[in-house]
Formats: sequence, C-alpha cells, structure tokens
Amino acid sequence: MHIKDTFPELYQIRRRPLSIEGVRARLTNKRGREFWQSLEELAATEEFEELLHREFPQHASEWDEGTDRRTFLKLMGASLALAGLAGCSYQPPETIVPYVRQPEGIVPGKPLFFATAMPWTGGAAPLLVRSNMGRPTKVEGNDLHPASQGAADVFSQASILGLYDPDRSETIINRGEVRTYTAFLGEISTALEAQKTKQGAGLRFLTETVTSPTLAAQLRDILRNFPGARWYQWEPAGGNNASLGVRQSVGDFATSIYNFAAADRVLALDSNLLECGPGSLRYARDFASRRRPADGDPREISRLYVVETTPTNTGFFADNRLAVKPSEFEGIVRAVAAGVGAGGAGTSPGGPAAEFVNAVVADLKAHAGASLVVAGDEQPPIIHALAHQMNAALGGVGKTVSFVEPLEENPTDQLNELRTLLGEIDAGAVEILVVVGGNPVHTTPADLKLDEARMKKVPLTVHLGLYEDETSELSQWHIPETHFLEAWGDTRAFDGTVTIIQPLITPLYSGKSAHELLAAFTDQPDRKGYDILRQYWLTQGRASLMSAGASNAAGTPSAASVGAASTGGTQGGMTNGVAATGGATTGATAGGGQASSARAAGAGTLTAGATQAGAATSSSASATPEFEMAWRKALNDGFVSNTARKPKNVSVSANAATSGAASAGTQAGVAGVAPVTGVAPAPLANGGAGAFEIVFRTDPSIYDGRFANNGWLQELPKPLTKLTWDNVAIVSPATAERLGVGDTPDGAVAWDSPKRVNRITAKGGELRVELLRLTFKGRRVDNAPVFILPGQPDDVVTVHFGYGRKRSGRVGGNEHDKSVRGFDAYALRTSDAMWSGAGLGVEKTGEDYPLASTQIHFQMEGRDIVRAGTFAEWTHDPELAPESERKRPPEAAGETRTPPEGDTLYPPYDYSEHEDEGLRGYKWGMAIDVSTCVGCNACVVACQAENNIAVVGKEQVARSREMHWIRVDAYFRGAVERPDGVYFMPVPCMHCENAPCEGVCPVHATVHSAEGINEMVYNRCVGTRYCSNNCPYKVRRFNFLLYQDWETPSYKLMRNPEVSVRSRGVMEKCTYCIQRIEYAKIEAEKQGRKVRDGEIVTACQQTCPTEAIVFGDLNDPASRVAKLQAQKRNYGLLADLNTRPRTTYLASVRNPNEALPAGKEGKA
Amino acid sequence: MERFDDPYDDTRIHVTPAVIEPGHTFDSVTDKISALVLRKRTPLGWWVGLAASFVLTNMMLGTIIYLVFTGIGIWGNNQPVGWAFDIINFVWWIGIGHAGTLISAILLLLRQQWRTSINRFAEAMTLFAVACAGLFPLLHTGRPWLAYWLFPYPNTMGIQPQFRSPLMWDVFAVSTYATVSALFWYTGLVPDLATLRDRARSKFGRVVFGMMSLGWRGSARHWARYEVVYLLLAGISTPLVLSVHTIVSFDFAIGIIPGWHTPIFPPYFVAGAIYAGFAMVLTLIIPLRKFYGLEDFITDRHLRNAGKVMLATGLLVAYGYMSEAFIAWYSANKYEQFMMLNRFVGPYAFYYWSLITCNVIVPQLIWIRRVRHSHVMLFVVAMFVNVGMWLERFIIIPISLHRDFLPSSWGMYAPTIFDFTMFFGTIGFFFFLMFLFIRFLPVISIFEMRTMVPEAQIKEEA
Repeated sequence: MHIKDTFPELYQIRRRPLSIEGVRARLTNKRGREFWQSLEELAATEEFEELLHREFPQHASEWDEGTDRRTFLKLMGASLALAGLAGCSYQPPETIVPYVRQPEGIVPGKPLFFATAMPWTGGAAPLLVRSNMGRPTKVEGNDLHPASQGAADVFSQASILGLYDPDRSETIINRGEVRTYTAFLGEISTALEAQKTKQGAGLRFLTETVTSPTLAAQLRDILRNFPGARWYQWEPAGGNNASLGVRQSVGDFATSIYNFAAADRVLALDSNLLECGPGSLRYARDFASRRRPADGDPREISRLYVVETTPTNTGFFADNRLAVKPSEFEGIVRAVAAGVGAGGAGTSPGGPAAEFVNAVVADLKAHAGASLVVAGDEQPPIIHALAHQMNAALGGVGKTVSFVEPLEENPTDQLNELRTLLGEIDAGAVEILVVVGGNPVHTTPADLKLDEARMKKVPLTVHLGLYEDETSELSQWHIPETHFLEAWGDTRAFDGTVTIIQPLITPLYSGKSAHELLAAFTDQPDRKGYDILRQYWLTQGRASLMSAGASNAAGTPSAASVGAASTGGTQGGMTNGVAATGGATTGATAGGGQASSARAAGAGTLTAGATQAGAATSSSASATPEFEMAWRKALNDGFVSNTARKPKNVSVSANAATSGAASAGTQAGVAGVAPVTGVAPAPLANGGAGAFEIVFRTDPSIYDGRFANNGWLQELPKPLTKLTWDNVAIVSPATAERLGVGDTPDGAVAWDSPKRVNRITAKGGELRVELLRLTFKGRRVDNAPVFILPGQPDDVVTVHFGYGRKRSGRVGGNEHDKSVRGFDAYALRTSDAMWSGAGLGVEKTGEDYPLASTQIHFQMEGRDIVRAGTFAEWTHDPELAPESERKRPPEAAGETRTPPEGDTLYPPYDYSEHEDEGLRGYKWGMAIDVSTCVGCNACVVACQAENNIAVVGKEQVARSREMHWIRVDAYFRGAVERPDGVYFMPVPCMHCENAPCEGVCPVHATVHSAEGINEMVYNRCVGTRYCSNNCPYKVRRFNFLLYQDWETPSYKLMRNPEVSVRSRGVMEKCTYCIQRIEYAKIEAEKQGRKVRDGEIVTACQQTCPTEAIVFGDLNDPASRVAKLQAQKRNYGLLADLNTRPRTTYLASVRNPNEALPAGKEGKA
Repeated sequence: MERFDDPYDDTRIHVTPAVIEPGHTFDSVTDKISALVLRKRTPLGWWVGLAASFVLTNMMLGTIIYLVFTGIGIWGNNQPVGWAFDIINFVWWIGIGHAGTLISAILLLLRQQWRTSINRFAEAMTLFAVACAGLFPLLHTGRPWLAYWLFPYPNTMGIQPQFRSPLMWDVFAVSTYATVSALFWYTGLVPDLATLRDRARSKFGRVVFGMMSLGWRGSARHWARYEVVYLLLAGISTPLVLSVHTIVSFDFAIGIIPGWHTPIFPPYFVAGAIYAGFAMVLTLIIPLRKFYGLEDFITDRHLRNAGKVMLATGLLVAYGYMSEAFIAWYSANKYEQFMMLNRFVGPYAFYYWSLITCNVIVPQLIWIRRVRHSHVMLFVVAMFVNVGMWLERFIIIPISLHRDFLPSSWGMYAPTIFDFTMFFGTIGFFFFLMFLFIRFLPVISIFEMRTMVPEAQIKEEA
C-alpha cells in the first residue's frame, strides 16, 4: 500500500499549490549552496512527492507489520529533507568566540566548544555546545557558569535533536500559502500605519515569560512608540506562582534564591527541586554536596522532608515524605508554619500527618538558621508566602534563602494577563496579535482558551514558532522561529546572571528569532539578531558588561581566576558559601580539565574566520577596545559575570500569609477544608459527582508539550513510572482497588505487592491498562490510561501536560493522521484549578490501552542490589552490607559473599605499568554514588547524544527493545503499598573483570581491553545475543531491527563523528565513552605524560547535576574514583557472581528522622 | 500375562511378536519394500501430504526472506529474552534427531536386531531434523550472512573464533553430527540403492540409482568393506549421541543465568533428546506403517520397545526435573530458589505444569500394558512428549531469562506470528523431506530385513 493511502492527511500538510508567488517565496528563503531541481520539487507538490517516492526503491512502500512509526519516519524524513535542506551549513558570519581546545583554532577532526544557553522560565540553562566542523553535535552544561557548573538537564541536552528535527517549520506561511518575509513586513507595516493613528491601541504582544534583557528592551521600545499597545506574557508552567508568592510576602516582586549547601534541614513543599530542570541544576548540586557521607567525616548529612501531593523525584528521594491530597495540603503547611512560629493559627492535623508535622517542626526549629523551606512552583502563592514566612521565622533569610531582583524582566500575574487579553479579544479591541513563541492555543486553560473563535476574531494574527503547531494553524502568519542554537540572544540564569546565547550554526530553515521578529515593529525591520543584541549591550547593558570585564582586567584570565570570578565574585554575600563548597569539585575538574585550558587560551583567538563580518555589522558607536574585550569575554564564558541580580533588601511580612488568607475570605481549617485563594482546590463538598481530586503537572520528559516532537525525550523513561511515549492518569493502589482497575499481582512477586498493580502483558515492556474517563468541571477526557503508582495519595489523580497534541510532528503525533499521542490534560485545566482541584469524576471506559515501559518491576525482592541505610546506621557500620554478606563466615560462601580475587580459571589481567609499552598502566573504573542520584535522567540523554543511540519507537519499547546504554533503575523502599521513597540506581556497563559476556561470544566481538574495558567490536559482531543473555546486569542492547535513521540528512549532521553508528543485527552497550578516553590519551601522549585525573569525563558523569558518577584510573590511588572505591560503603553490584565489576556503587545513605515511622523502617 | 512384559524375554520368539511377520522370504521382503519406490502407484495421500508440507515449506522460506531483509526483530525476542523460539526450536529439532543415531549406532553395536526395520527411517529423520535444527542457529544471528565467522578458517582478519564459547563448540558438535549422520545413512543406503538400480524399469531410475549406488555389485569384498565401514561409523556415531546434546546443553550450563547454570544439564539433555527422538519415531512410524502396509516389518514389538525406551528416558528426564527443584532449594541460593518458584507460580506457570503433565505424568500410562499395546494410545502419548519436550526448552530458555538477577530488567516474552511461521515452517520442511524420502528411497533397509527372514536366521544358527 502506498504510504499516502495510509496517511493522506500528511500529504495535505505538505502539499502547497504551485504558485509563482510560493516559488518565489521559497527561493527567497534559500541561501548559500542550496539549489533546486524542478519547479515541482520546489513547490513540493504531491506529484513530485509521488515521483520521489517511486523513484527511490528504498523509500518505496514496504512490507511490514503495518506501517510502523519508525519506517514512516524514515520514509518521510528522506523525502522532506531532499526538498529542504542542503548538505552543510556554515557558521554565521558574525563574530562568535569559541572555547577552543587548541589555540591554533580549528583543527580538522577536533571539536570546538562554544558557550551558549537555553532560555527557560525559571532560569536559563547555561550550555557548552560541542561543534564538530561547524555542526553542533552535543549539548553540555557550561562548567564555568555558576548556574550550571557543567551540568545540564534533559531538555537542554535533547534540544540538539530539536535543532535537527526535519519536522521544524521551514517557511513563512500566510493563510496556508508560502510567502516571503518581505511580504510579511509589508503587511505589518501597513497594519502598523493604521495603528499609529490610534497609538497602537489594537496591538498586542503575547510572549512567554521574558528573561532576556534585550527582548524586554525591544518590547519596551515598541510600547514607547505605541503607548496603546500591550505586552502580555503567558506560560502554562513556570515560576509565576513563586513570583506572586514572594510579592505576597515581601510586598514586591522578587526572586528567592536558595542555598542548599548551607541548609541542614530542608522542607520541600511540593517542590520538585531535584528534578533538575534548567533552573535547579545548581540547587541539585548544592544539595548533593551535603549528602555525601565520607569515611572519617562525622558531619551529619542534611535531611530533606517533603510534603507533596503527587510523587516526584524529590519526594521519593526525600528522607521523610508525606503524601497528602491537594485539599489537605495548605492545612498541613499552615500547621507547620504555626509550629515554627511563622504566625497564623494552624490547626494540627490528625493521624500520621500530625506526627510528621510535629517532627518536622521540632527538627526545623532545632536547626534554626540552617533550615530551609522551599515551596514548589505549582503551589499557589499563599504556600510560597507561608514558606518565606517560615524561613523568616527560622532565621533563614540571608543564610539559606535570599531575595533578589526578579529574574523576569516584567514579572506579572500571567493568569490575569491572559484573562485581560482574552477579554480584549472578545471585546474586539485587538487588531494585531503577535504571539512570540509558545503555543497558547494548546496551553491556555480550558476556560480561558485562546481558541479558534478568538483567533479568528483578531484581524491580524502572527505566530512565531519552531513548529507548525496548533497556534500557527489558527494564525494568519506563521513565521518559523530559529532554534536557540541558531540565533543570537541573551537570557538570565536562575540567579539572574546574564547569559549570552550564541548561535552554533546558520539557521537550517531560514527562521527568524524573536528579536528579529520584534524588529519588524520598529523602524528598522531588517535588523539582524546579532546587531540588536550587540546594540543593547553597547548602550543599555554597557555598564554591567564593562564592570564584569573590569573585574578581570587582564582579559585572558587563567582558569583559576575565572573560577574565582565566577564563584566568588558574582553572587554577593549569601551565595559565597555555596560557591565554596561547589568550588572544591569544580576546581578539581578544572585543574586537569580540558575545558579550562581551552578557556584560558580561548578568548578572542578564534573568530570562526568572520571577524570582519562582525565588525562590519556591529552597528554604531563606541565599540571601544575595552568593550570589545568585555564582549568577547562574555561570549567566551557564555555569561556576563557580576550580573547576578542584586540582593533585594526586603523584610518578610509576618502576617502576609494570614492577611492573604483573610483577603480570600475563607480562613483555613485543616482536615481538607480550606481553600485560601481561588487557586487552591475547593473542598470535597459534592462528593457525588466527583469524589476525586486532580493534580496537574508538566511532563517530566516533554514538559508542557513543547518537546512533543523530540524522540529522545519521548522515549526517555519518566523517572518514577518508567513509561515512554505516553501520559497517564496516576492513581494509588488503593484507589485502583476502589475503581476496580488494574490487575492482581502474580504469585511469584506477590509477596508484598499491593493488591492492584498495572497489568503487564507478555510482550516485554508493555502494560495494558484501562482508559479512564475523567470529568472535571463539566469538561472531560475520555482516554486517560490509568497507571497505578504506589506513593500517590489516595483518591487523587495526577495527569501530565504535553500530550494530546493535535498538531505536532511525526514523533509527537497529530490529528490529521490520527496519531495523537496520549490525552490533552489542558482540556481539564481551568483558571481556578491551575495545578490541582477537587471534584474530579472518574469512570471506567472498559477500553484497553497499551503503554510502553522500560521497567516493569520495582522491588528488589530482598536481593542485595541497592545497599542502603540511614545515617545513624552508617556511622555505626559504614559498609552497610546486608546481613547475609556480613554475618556469614568466609568458608560458608553462600549466595552473597563476594568470592576472593583470582577465583577463576583464567589468568588474571595485568594492568600494571610497563615501561616500554605505552598501552598499559591504566585501569579504568567508575563509582556511582546511589546516595546522591536523584533519578533525573540527565545521564541517559547525555549518553544518547554522545553515543549516537537510536530511538526505537513505542512499539519497540513495548517489546522491551529500547537502546539506552545507561538506564536509571528505580526500586521502591519501605512498604510497597505506601513506599517512603525510591532508590535510583544508574546502571551503565559494569565492565566486569571476569565478564560473563566475553567468554560466550563465539567470534571475539566483545573483548577485554588492556585497560580493563569490556570492548564491543561492532564490525565483528554477528549477533548471537549470547553475551546479552549472559549479562547479569542486562546492560547490553541489541539492534533487533534497523533502528538508526540512516537517511534523514539532518540527523547525519547531528551525529557524533567519534562514535560508530550501529546498524541492524549487532549488539551495543556502554563503552565508558571510549572516544573520550582515547582523545585524552592521545593528548597526554603528545605531551609525554599520563592522563590526569579528571581529564577524562564520560558523558554521563559530565552532565550529572549531583556529581553522582565519577570515572577515572583505578591504578592511581589519588584519583577520585579510586578514593571513592576505597570508601567503606563502596560495593559491587551482584559481586557475589564473581563478575568483579569495575563500575561500583556507593551505598545509599539517607537521613530520616528517627522519630517518624519511616525513619524506623531501617535498611531495605 | 507378566511374562509378555519381561524385557529379557526376547529369545522366546514364538510368544513375543516377531520383528518380521512369518512367511516372508528374501524375495518377498525385497519386493515389498522396493515396490514402494518402483512399482506402486503414488498414493493420493502422499500427494496431499507433500502439497501441505510444501506449502508450509514455502511459508518458512517466506519467513526467512523477510527475516534476512528485516532483522530478527520480526520475532518476539527482546531484552532480557535474547533467545526464544529460535533456540527452543534448535534444541528441539536436535533432540529429535537423536533417536536416529541411537537406533542406528548404539542398537547396532548392542546387536538389538529389532532396530533393523526402523533404523533407515530413524536415520532419515535424524538427518532432516538436523537440517531443520541447523537453520535456527544460522538465522537467529543478527547478521546471518556473517555467521560463517563461527568457523575456524584462515582469514585475512587474522581472527579465529573464540574457543571458550559454547556456541563455538556447537558449531563443531552439530556439523560433525550432521556429517556423520549423513555418511552413516548414505553408507547404509548403498546396497539398497543397488537393489533399486537393478530393479528399476525406467532408464532414468537405472541411471540415477546407478550413480547413487556408487558401483555396488554385492561382491563379497564389497560386503566385507561395507561391514567394516558401517561398524566404524557406528562406533564414531555412538559418542556423538552423547556429545551433541551434551554440548548443546553447555550453551546453557556455561551461562550464569539461574535455570541455566546447572551441571545436571548434559545427562539430562541427552536423556531428553532420546526421549524426544523416540517420541518422534513413534509419531512418524505409527501412521506410516499403517498407510504403507508395513505392519509386517514394523511390528507391534517395535512400537512396544520404542514405548519402553520412551518410558525409561522419560523417567530420567523426570528425575532431572526433580533434581533441578531439589538443587534450587538445597543450594540456598536465592536466585536459584526464585527461579524455581517463578517456574512454579510465575506468569508462565501454566507452561511449567503443562510440561510436567506432558513429560512426566502422561508417559506413565505406558506402564499399563493395554496402552503399550495400543497404537493409538502410543501415538497420543508420543504426541504429548513431542509437545512436552518443546515446552521443556521453552521453560529453560525464555523463562529462565525473563526474570534473572536484577528485577529492574525483568521482562516478559511473547512470540510473534513470525515465530510461529518459522517453527511450523520447519515442521513442514521436515515433512516435505520425509515425504520425498518415503517416495524415492527405501524406507526400510532391504538387505538388513533380508537377514531377518527365517532362511537367514536358520543359516546363522546352523
């Protein structure tokens, strides 16, 4: 069957009438070496697609189990890319200043590193992007930047795939037709002429939360010219509640910054601070710095309490966790607040909650000054206000929390703004609506929907976006947006540090950046993004830029001085302590590290051969040498030091929360009765219609839906459920029992399972669950797959945003070809229940739905897998070995005693140093600290990007064939019915000394290297899969089908040239990033020295926000990894099998409050 | 009654059913067997059977083509279950292949004369079963076109196979077995091929059988050499009966997976193989002798003896199951204990208990004389054993793999349609070869049967 018959709608999307206008438009958008073959191709007509399809046999219709997603992707990718993308792009003409490894500049085959950043609401992710001959290939954290220190989260790392996404919108579209940007400018200028007479009264801008100084300045300029115009911000998730909460407690907008390194006790109120969104990378690192018990160091590790409404990484990582319904949440918080003396009359809740509250209160008070209360972004402002009040009462302000000028350029109440905008549209007052980024048609709440009727009502609508999405479909003009890796810009990190966004590549699809689009509303509509940015920093931002430069007058600072500047100099008094703790480790890496040497030599040396262009375009006056130096340093470092927001002198109003509550009219009672602001959930008054409460959250993988078309993120197992490709309605086992959904567990694993579990099918990783009908405030969703997650509070249903996209790409699904993925949780969200609400009705539909999961069993079954104990136990017994391991005498070598070394038939390997042989001498190893792994998945994406790992699709994940080289296992701890947490355990290849895989491969395809690495020789592999069967860790991955996309040209640009792209029929697995090892060894050999500790950083280690993964040479007793492996809590996973793994684990040490039941639980 | 069942009662030919019905002469034996090839009209049933098996063969070929072009992902194998139907079927077919050699070689050496009328047939069965078995290890590889790398041959890559790997040993074991079985079978055929050559009416038949009979003239010298070669090959084959399945069992026993890592596997696999082989022999000869009227040559006694061998090896296998369970408990190793418990009550418990039913409980019926003497019942029991032996490998391979050491990696396994098309395709292929064999070659060794007729017996005794 022809693919067109299966998906006729797709052809409609791509089919445009062949009009001269359209052809001209497309030609105008082409640049450089692109060329075309025929008018038909140019217009991408159906006939041409057909011809293309028939002409290339490998794209022709295939015989398969239906047309599965992967095949479809390949087919489509090839044909699209032929029409669109030329083979290579070059760096933009403007001067960009790279990190260089070699002072001489570009050495073919050697990558360069450029600093840039990904904008994000709660603080940008400062990045260092690897560029191989002009092609950005890997996104890492900027290790100099105080907000990143080298770590990066899943979103920013996966954004590289978004850059090369062949589905990104390519052309400017006006009412379904392809047009030129000139035509757009013409229409805008006409419209603006009309607006001028009424001062722009009909002009509205709708942006996402703006943290870019330049963009804000542009908008302010426009508003100055058109005083009647308005600028609104809307983002479906983010820190808006936090800002409002701060305003409520200190009277003005401010951003609160936390110092986890100084906090002995942390109480997180539904705050997923460890999930490592871009804004909390630093928090996770600081927090982890207090969670590493070391032999001989008696200092107590910090303790984390979490009260939350739905399980999060942070909650499951916490030492003590309390899961409560949203309706009871505020009561609990008020009780804690009252307890710590933060004012308000909290009634003590009953039952286990009371015990929890009392214990927390006592503990926080006992550590006053070193305790910290953090509220989550999803919680209403009142909770934030209460949190700040508690911090004030506990003496934390100035120590563990400080307030600075707001991160947002224009902090507002976004919900109000949206309401105003929609009101104006309804009133017909809006004549031009410019949607700058975002996808409001999809993401606005159901009762404040920017829907089709409203979009149609506005005479002129413009949408700037990466994709042709729901909003662009309803807009008259769709302008393709440049990816942040293609455009100039600036943004702020979580502490306000200005961070420059440098492009790594010329726009692949001739898009426009937000800066360039806004220029269209000025008298210089053609200005380039670079000019706009530089102009801003030349004039308005000059002072801060120059002061930053002055602090490093030398201009080419040494690594040490930069480190000092970035840590010591930038952040004001309070964060100094933070820097100092982090500094030790950063310094250690920097000392021997590649990045540091690159940076020291880098500033200004390499200008990508385009200095003249930069000079020519950088407009106007006074680019003095001093400015030039400061500018280059900012580009080189990726940020402007000294621009962290200034601390704001505020006093937390003691009765803010109380007054806020009073203003809302209903004073809080506890036991589940007490909405305070309109945002808090209403009590369960009408139990009949909807006896459940609903919690909304952004998806841990695809966030608010903006990453829906990103295959890496879609296939990234969600941290707690390990589901891929779908969103679900999460319920507790007891609720499942009540609803009569789910399955009863099978015998073999029923020993302490809850009564209801998700039903596992025989396919492999597939769960078959029932679809629920969720009814909330008169709106309903009919296809929410139920998922049973222990730890979820009873009678609460959690749904995630981001799915149910009606108009997305081939990965994210769309309505036209009926491939919509998951359900749209925005359809249930209302403005009075933005994050949670009561009165949800849940019905069974009786329909089944398949889910694809990468882990289907979450208990350790009493096996010695994650060793764990409390801090008290650890001080008593630092090995934390299980009973069986400790008590047994050596001669009674039973199942869990590690056999003595050399207990094998084969001769031992020799890793000692041999003078004449350069090869020997290294013995690589890795240590993973389970204590600090928060399960954020950053390592998984890092590995996927570094090692060219394929995406396999939902059907293949359901068959348990995902390809990730490193996975994060999750095991529940405590009672299964009500777990008090999860142990996260990253599992890469163990590179066993006695590797079970090596002996059974009949063709020598997996062999032991002279440095102890268990190497996989793809070329030699015939694919018997015996190695995988025999691997007790199951870390090997087999290419059951051709998973790699060999055809889409843009993906060819993306791949890491240092790593083989595997084909069908071969086994693959973690290599310890052997390409990085070899790189460092070659460099070291050239300099006639051994590789220094910290010089080799594996991809997973590099990005780990909590530094849980450490790699190095075990032969060097001074190396970090050797020291960690010498720790008493170090152990080998399944070492009793005599595999002698060289990836070892450090037992998890938690610090639960002994006064609470969970604390008494003891070790698992 | 009891004396009928006395296993040592072979001498009393007058009461025990004979290995050949009375009244046959040299001539009648030759006539009757060679007529199947040369004289008789091809029965309609043969055409039907051939067509059906040909369809299945083509299904197999289609699956193979699709498989080679698409990848083994069309099967249900996954992570952690890297081996499933592919290796189950391989071991199953290899097991079936065992009876042939056992009957031909070991019983020859042990001078069990009753073997004579079934050995040709059993050897052919072995050969075809090994052909089916051999397909799987080749096609289960991710890149079958490179599977020749498993052979130690001088190559420009300068790499030899890895001799530590049991898969490597498999290559030797199975290829040796296939070669020796083929030689053994063909050597035994030569005198009969000469008989067919002499009796063939068509020129074509004379030429073809003439070439195949390698110039056999039946001279005393030929016979003397024949006897030596045949005995030597029997001697070589005998250890192979033990070695092949021992080595196949190493594929698992060398592994560290609970449920695989068991030293009892070699004897247990060999017993299982003989068990499976005899079950397949019974499955095939019971209908065959009926349709071709070979009751004279394949008598009740053969069936009964085969049944007894099946019962004996079945008990050995049952002992293996018990031992596995006992060791799992006695080892105090929690992985082993879990493995056993998982077989008993895990998600695939149904298949485990089906295995016990098919392989342990049902065959006990053979103790009952009436069952032993009933062809239908023997056939039914043999079918149970065929299924049971397949299930045994299903239990050992995917079920051990699906839940091993780390619960996080536990998974499930389900075959796809292509697993079944491949499996039933090989069954079709097997029968296709079998039908061709029945039609074009003497299914019973003519010259050996001639030694069974009274004339020959008398001479020997004289």
